[in-house]
Amino acid sequence: MENRFLRAEHLDFSYNTGEGETPTPVLQDLSVHIRRGEFTAVLGHNGSGKSTLAKHFNAILLPRGGTVYVDGMDTREEDNLLNIRQTVGMVFQNPDNQIVATIVEEDVAFALENMGIDPPEIRRRVDEALREVGMYEYRMHAPHQLSGGQKQRVAIAGIVAMRPKCIVLDEPTAMLDPRGRREVLRTIRKLNQEHGITVVLITHYMDEAARADRVVVMNDGKVLLDDTPRGVFSHVEVLESVGLDVPQATKLSHLLRQSGITLPDDILDDEEFAAAWQKLMEVHG
Amino acid sequence: MLKDITIGQYFPGESVVHRMDSRIKIILTIAYIVMLFLSSNPAGLLVGLFFLWLSYGISHIPYKMILRSLRPVVPIILFTGVLNMFFMDGDPLWQLGFLKITREGVLMAVLMTVRIICLIAGTSLMTYTTSPIALTDAIERLLSPLGRFRLPVHELAMMMTIALRFIPTLIEETDKIMAAQKARGADLETGGIMQRAKALVPILIPLFVSAFRRADELALAMECRCYHGGEGRTRMKQLHLRYYDFVACAFVALCIVGVILINRFVPALL
Amino acid sequence: MTAIKTEHLTYTYSPGTPFCKTAVDDVNLTIEEGAFVGVIGHTGSGKSTLIQHFNGLLRPTSGRIYIDGEDLWADKQKLRAFRFKVGLVFQYPEYQLFEDTVYKDIAFGPRNMGLSEEEIDRSVREAAAFVGFKEKNFNKSPFELSGGQKRRVAIAGVLAMNPKVLILDEPTAGLDPKGRDRILSQIRDYHAQVKNTVLLVSHSMEDVARYCSKVLVMNHSRLFMYGDTAEVFEHAEEIMQMGLAVPQLTMIFRRLHAAGYPVQQNIYTMEDARAELQKLYAGRKGGAAGC
Repeated sequence: MENRFLRAEHLDFSYNTGEGETPTPVLQDLSVHIRRGEFTAVLGHNGSGKSTLAKHFNAILLPRGGTVYVDGMDTREEDNLLNIRQTVGMVFQNPDNQIVATIVEEDVAFALENMGIDPPEIRRRVDEALREVGMYEYRMHAPHQLSGGQKQRVAIAGIVAMRPKCIVLDEPTAMLDPRGRREVLRTIRKLNQEHGITVVLITHYMDEAARADRVVVMNDGKVLLDDTPRGVFSHVEVLESVGLDVPQATKLSHLLRQSGITLPDDILDDEEFAAAWQKLMEVHG
Repeated sequence: MLKDITIGQYFPGESVVHRMDSRIKIILTIAYIVMLFLSSNPAGLLVGLFFLWLSYGISHIPYKMILRSLRPVVPIILFTGVLNMFFMDGDPLWQLGFLKITREGVLMAVLMTVRIICLIAGTSLMTYTTSPIALTDAIERLLSPLGRFRLPVHELAMMMTIALRFIPTLIEETDKIMAAQKARGADLETGGIMQRAKALVPILIPLFVSAFRRADELALAMECRCYHGGEGRTRMKQLHLRYYDFVACAFVALCIVGVILINRFVPALL
Repeated sequence: MTAIKTEHLTYTYSPGTPFCKTAVDDVNLTIEEGAFVGVIGHTGSGKSTLIQHFNGLLRPTSGRIYIDGEDLWADKQKLRAFRFKVGLVFQYPEYQLFEDTVYKDIAFGPRNMGLSEEEIDRSVREAAAFVGFKEKNFNKSPFELSGGQKRRVAIAGVLAMNPKVLILDEPTAGLDPKGRDRILSQIRDYHAQVKNTVLLVSHSMEDVARYCSKVLVMNHSRLFMYGDTAEVFEHAEEIMQMGLAVPQLTMIFRRLHAAGYPVQQNIYTMEDARAELQKLYAGRKGGAAGC
């Protein structure tokens, strides 16, 4: 089985501009592969092209140059369209603007109704998806009665009900409070680990990326770094030069290393830092 | 506060009336309105009142909700009442210059007022016992035969659903924008009509901009969820007719027959 | 001088109905002039309701608010003057932009204050400079700007009123790290220059630790604590129990302390952390060499 689930090959893209203006390229000769079952985080500042890339993964945008394959399907072929949309589900930033119906369970059913699935089967899948994201008790609520994190989980349930092989999330936590962020991330991680759903999480929160299997850093429409979180966050200077953060623990160990204290360069959180420090002190102590 | 306004007047419950097929409820509501206008005899309107008393009772909607639903139409009721009272020809009961009140006028006024009250209370009962989404759904299904005449029934129903979905969101947004502009010293409370209309600009423009942005994003999200119009669409919730739907139909039919008989055989007061 | 003072401030939403909810409960608070205060608390803790009282958008159900020593609700005619004294930047303030040029939008507040044209012009230019918005772009429509630019123009619209107290409700929500750092350092510079009082509502403890000298913690509609940043982060345990995070740096030092190292526990800035650990390292190494 082809392990590269999403493939972008030499992708070029620019948005239409007014007459006489030269379009500024958003993506330039970008090649990236997302492996089946993997949890990939895509980092990059606003305007780095990360959202544009995401929209290529379910044929909302079509490449100007190069090709995108979703599970072997070329996104430019019209016949693949609905199939691609069912294979790769997409969750957006603003939870308010992706809920269609006035009742939670009706909204989760929306995609399935569009796909023409039998009513009893829809019912089954809707209940299952709502349980999956922990929103079953809220199935009869109106969306505006829910918190941001809950709305976002309803949006995820609406995608999960389609039984996609992959979910692409475009900054799903940017508008949420810390509690909402935790709820949503826990849900995404569970879908990835328990159901093997391939996840592409676009974010600019470093702590979210730190727990992914793989991190792709984008800058100016190109892939700047593509590695494990440890590999990526060891490049503190590179990340800061493109306007990104690193976790405070990583930054602190980096600073201390500069002053000659030999801490490892792949520390991601406070726990790892404390452990590394203790080890260091034992060696030198 | 704006957000305290409830849109749609759904009054959740588990009664038989709540559980009735929403298509039937729409049809019966229309039948009830027809019945009210058929009854030219005050005795006929008693049937209408009895119907109300019974159906509000069955659906466990407090009778004071009738008063609530009447509040916005009080001016209309007063207006038609007064109009009928003063401008009916007949036996004058009281006269002052060109103003006169006739016996017929008083009767007609009472008749019209009762009729309007019944009408409002009856239609309100439908909205109290049926969620907006069920209503939209029922309208779509009832109108679906018109799809053959190229009437975009599905699209209309979709628009209604989305409007219902976004009204609370936009109301909340209006609240926020108003607070933000007030914090910048916008004066929304004083001044003449022109000044007040002008003061709305800082609220309406951001609201429109936001509504368009939301529409854009929603369209995208719908596309991602395989939306491609009404063609080949199924629905999770199927509507089924139950025995009580038929009982209700029979009861309304009985009432209408009753009204017609009253019209024929009970002597009119006018 | 105190900038804001509240006495038994209480606010109840929809009193007398089943939806009645006390959002702010008996808050007594004195914020001194010139402070840079971080306001923290999870969603629903009452912090948003509290700050809307400071410029009279909400009227307390009971209790009093004093701005600059004056009772805010003593005279309703003066209410508008308080709105100008206390500038409030809401969440996602870019959604309040409405004029056809950036200049006019920033001028909206000053114009409502009834300033003269020259004064308006000066306020607009000063405010734009604070947020790093170039004057050559004054005639652009606010709607054609990038997200970060819109946000900064909207903030300038409040700065232009030259408020004595500036309140910002999560001014960096949804921005990337670069946009976030830019806005926060601009606010810090503004505060340093104008020397007014700034309240910053934030979910990011890292940001609060980095920029604020004081921290106000709301929990369950009540004021949990108001004090110096160092003092507040000493209560890391209780803050975490409220479901709030403390800065990762604070966590590191708590862990090191727990492991028996002689470090201070209330460290929350990168510079302090680095210095403290260098000291610790040097001390241990020196000790080891001495053996």
